[in-house]
Amino acid sequence: MKTFLPFRHPLVLVSLLVVTTVLGIALVGPVIAPHDPLAINQNAVNQASSTQYLLGTDEFGRDILSRLLVGIRPTIMVAVISTLIAAVGGTAFGIIGAYSRPVMAFFVMRAVDIMLSFPAILLALLAVGFWRSGIASLSVVIGIIFIPQFARVAQSATLQVIRQEFVEAEHAMGARYLRVVFKAILPNILSPLVVQGTLTIAAAILLESGLSFLGLGIVPPEPSWGQMIGTARGYLNQNPMYVVWPSVCLAFTVLAINILGDALRDHLDPRLREN
Amino acid sequence: MPGREILKIDNLSVAFRTEAGLRPAVNGVSLSLVSGEILGLVGESGSGKTILSLAAMGLLPQNAVVTSGRVEFAGADLLTARPDVLRKLRGKRISMIFQDPMASLDPVFRCGDQIVEAILLHERMTRRQARERALELLQKVGIADPARCLRSYPHELSGGQCQRVMIAMAVACKPDVIIADEPTTALDVTVQKQVLNLLRGLNREIGAAILLITHDLGVIYEVADRVAVIYHGDLMEEAATADLFAAPCSDYTKALIASMPSASAPQSRLPVITRDGSGMISSAAEDRPAAKPKPAINGASEPLLHIRDLTKSYWVRENALATPRAFRAVDNVSLAIPPRSTLGLVGESGCGKSTLSRLVMRLIEPDDGAIEFDGRNLISLGREEMRAARRDMALVFQNPYGSLNPRQTVTDLVAAPIDIHQGGRDREAAVAKLMDAVGLPRNAMKRYPHEFSGGQRQRIVIARALALKPRLLICDEAVSALDVSVQAQVLNLLQDLQDEFDLTYLFISHDMSVVRHVSDMIAVMQKGRIVEAGPAGEVFDNPKAEYTRTLLSAVPKIGNADPIALEAH
Repeated sequence: MKTFLPFRHPLVLVSLLVVTTVLGIALVGPVIAPHDPLAINQNAVNQASSTQYLLGTDEFGRDILSRLLVGIRPTIMVAVISTLIAAVGGTAFGIIGAYSRPVMAFFVMRAVDIMLSFPAILLALLAVGFWRSGIASLSVVIGIIFIPQFARVAQSATLQVIRQEFVEAEHAMGARYLRVVFKAILPNILSPLVVQGTLTIAAAILLESGLSFLGLGIVPPEPSWGQMIGTARGYLNQNPMYVVWPSVCLAFTVLAINILGDALRDHLDPRLREN
Repeated sequence: MPGREILKIDNLSVAFRTEAGLRPAVNGVSLSLVSGEILGLVGESGSGKTILSLAAMGLLPQNAVVTSGRVEFAGADLLTARPDVLRKLRGKRISMIFQDPMASLDPVFRCGDQIVEAILLHERMTRRQARERALELLQKVGIADPARCLRSYPHELSGGQCQRVMIAMAVACKPDVIIADEPTTALDVTVQKQVLNLLRGLNREIGAAILLITHDLGVIYEVADRVAVIYHGDLMEEAATADLFAAPCSDYTKALIASMPSASAPQSRLPVITRDGSGMISSAAEDRPAAKPKPAINGASEPLLHIRDLTKSYWVRENALATPRAFRAVDNVSLAIPPRSTLGLVGESGCGKSTLSRLVMRLIEPDDGAIEFDGRNLISLGREEMRAARRDMALVFQNPYGSLNPRQTVTDLVAAPIDIHQGGRDREAAVAKLMDAVGLPRNAMKRYPHEFSGGQRQRIVIARALALKPRLLICDEAVSALDVSVQAQVLNLLQDLQDEFDLTYLFISHDMSVVRHVSDMIAVMQKGRIVEAGPAGEVFDNPKAEYTRTLLSAVPKIGNADPIALEAH
């Protein structure tokens, strides 16, 4: 009987713990936060760690720990939803761009190029103009922004896979288009996509802070990690730890997701799977 | 100065570090290379012959451990020599020729620069002098237009020319020892003959000793002075070439020679190398289950597959600015295969034989002509009709490593045609039956392709091809990637299956002896055209076309490989 994968690899186990903790806090964050994350205290601006404020306070005297705990939920939701949108859309575009009639492939990949050249800020402003600001619209915008990168990765991987004989074998057996895509192509391009996915999660969290600036998504004073890092950069002199805490949280979460992504990739590949 | 011992491998054992401990790759092998001779090293894949040659260059991989022995060259032990000592020896006194000439030349540098580089590394001379030397060398290795070759990039040259460039680099500094690792395996027979002649000529001329590593006994017979046979890391036998082939001493050598298709009567069952529990190796040719009589092949029987005037051209251009011109990959080809017979199609690489197989399956659309399968013209069929027609024909590919999706289990792989055409009805039971038919254990069904050897994978591919009981099986170089002994097993299997399932084969190969062994009829293809076609015996014994004669004479043959003579030993 095989032991459950994480128990054979301490690193994977730790990563799994980190991710579960983050997800757990996303659920209960507002309840366990020691302070009101929005409460301003003019007497305690930019303070270092103390017994009252464990991780110090920000430029308005708000408790950083509470803001971190409460900020997880929007951060994680935006990151996960936008990555899913980018992964599904981008992979579809990429596979069509590599494995379909040349005319079709040409137009799909040129459409991807246009998306790639479209400034993210402009897209965000468009969305703000048409849409109510919120996590949904933010996720969609970030998802669309990351589609071209997924499409590029998926396309080049697909181009390599369809040159292999087992794809020709599927054709020779009379397989239909969708069978070839789902049985032959998709499982074999998964590794680069998983890596791209873990990178996208991290990038989406950072992009979220930039777009929040434009009033899209999580509008201040509501906290989110990306937004906190963005603001803290202006207060490096007054309170250096202000930028460290959210950055450390983000770094460890992303690292854990990366390790899990790698473990997932290895597990999905029968050649790398340990028996 | 013949007879001087140059390279001495003394009781060498190499093992690989794995998670389960040391796995031995070479066990106590002693060999010595005498100046001016060609020593052939024969073995099948995984026998340790490449590891042995890497050890002789001091190039063992990181995870290899030398457990005993030494490799003596010029008074130094190459296994313990310091990197700078080795660097001075390599290229200058020991040089190497690799298997795939296209892959071992750097694609972004001109061939000339690569040769010049190799010379300048070891000789004190100006770039201009080195260039002149390179030109001379290319002349010596028989390149028709050396000046142009110097300016060319590797991809602009053919495989044979690339291998000549590699050889020129290897002999550039007049080394004492040349190690050639399967130098002709990636080349066509006619080119192989030229390269082997070249190697032998250079060996005479510059007096370098050559260690020729190959799996092909024919090549050894043609050029080697002495032969060493290696099996599972053990040296089985070492003898002068003539003695080895006339009277092989070890059981393995006997079995290896016997399993070559050219050593047996055509269409007979090939002896297979078996190893019993005590490690005894024997060559066993069990009798075929009584073969059903083949229906007589005569003009009256309606052919199952009838190809008429099939043509396919590609538009190619010499360079980016040239006007494209039509290149006829398949040119007016007509063939007929009667049911339950085997048509062998031989030709060298690039002759259009693979294109032809894809055309028959309509994986490539032909420009012109007709493909009649069982009386129906496949070309007139619509998309869905063609999809349904694919039930009756299957393709077995050359490379058993590439034609199986690495992410699927054997069950899913073999059941694929059933899933596609019958919605997966009774797939488990059908796969179990197919596993029996191709001689794989049933517990293989849950495993993945990478867990199998090349021969076993080819069995999986064949099982998949048979899943819907097709009538036509197209084997595109189906045994070319396999070792001789495994090749013998797969050829036997194909013959048994033909009897069992009444199959018709279109058997495509570059290997004349394999085609001779399996075919009832043979067609010879050159530059897209069929230059000769007829019953197998006639084409081989009495070739009419000039090209067929050239091909036949280029095949390395074992002079007295008479099956009766072998059995007598």
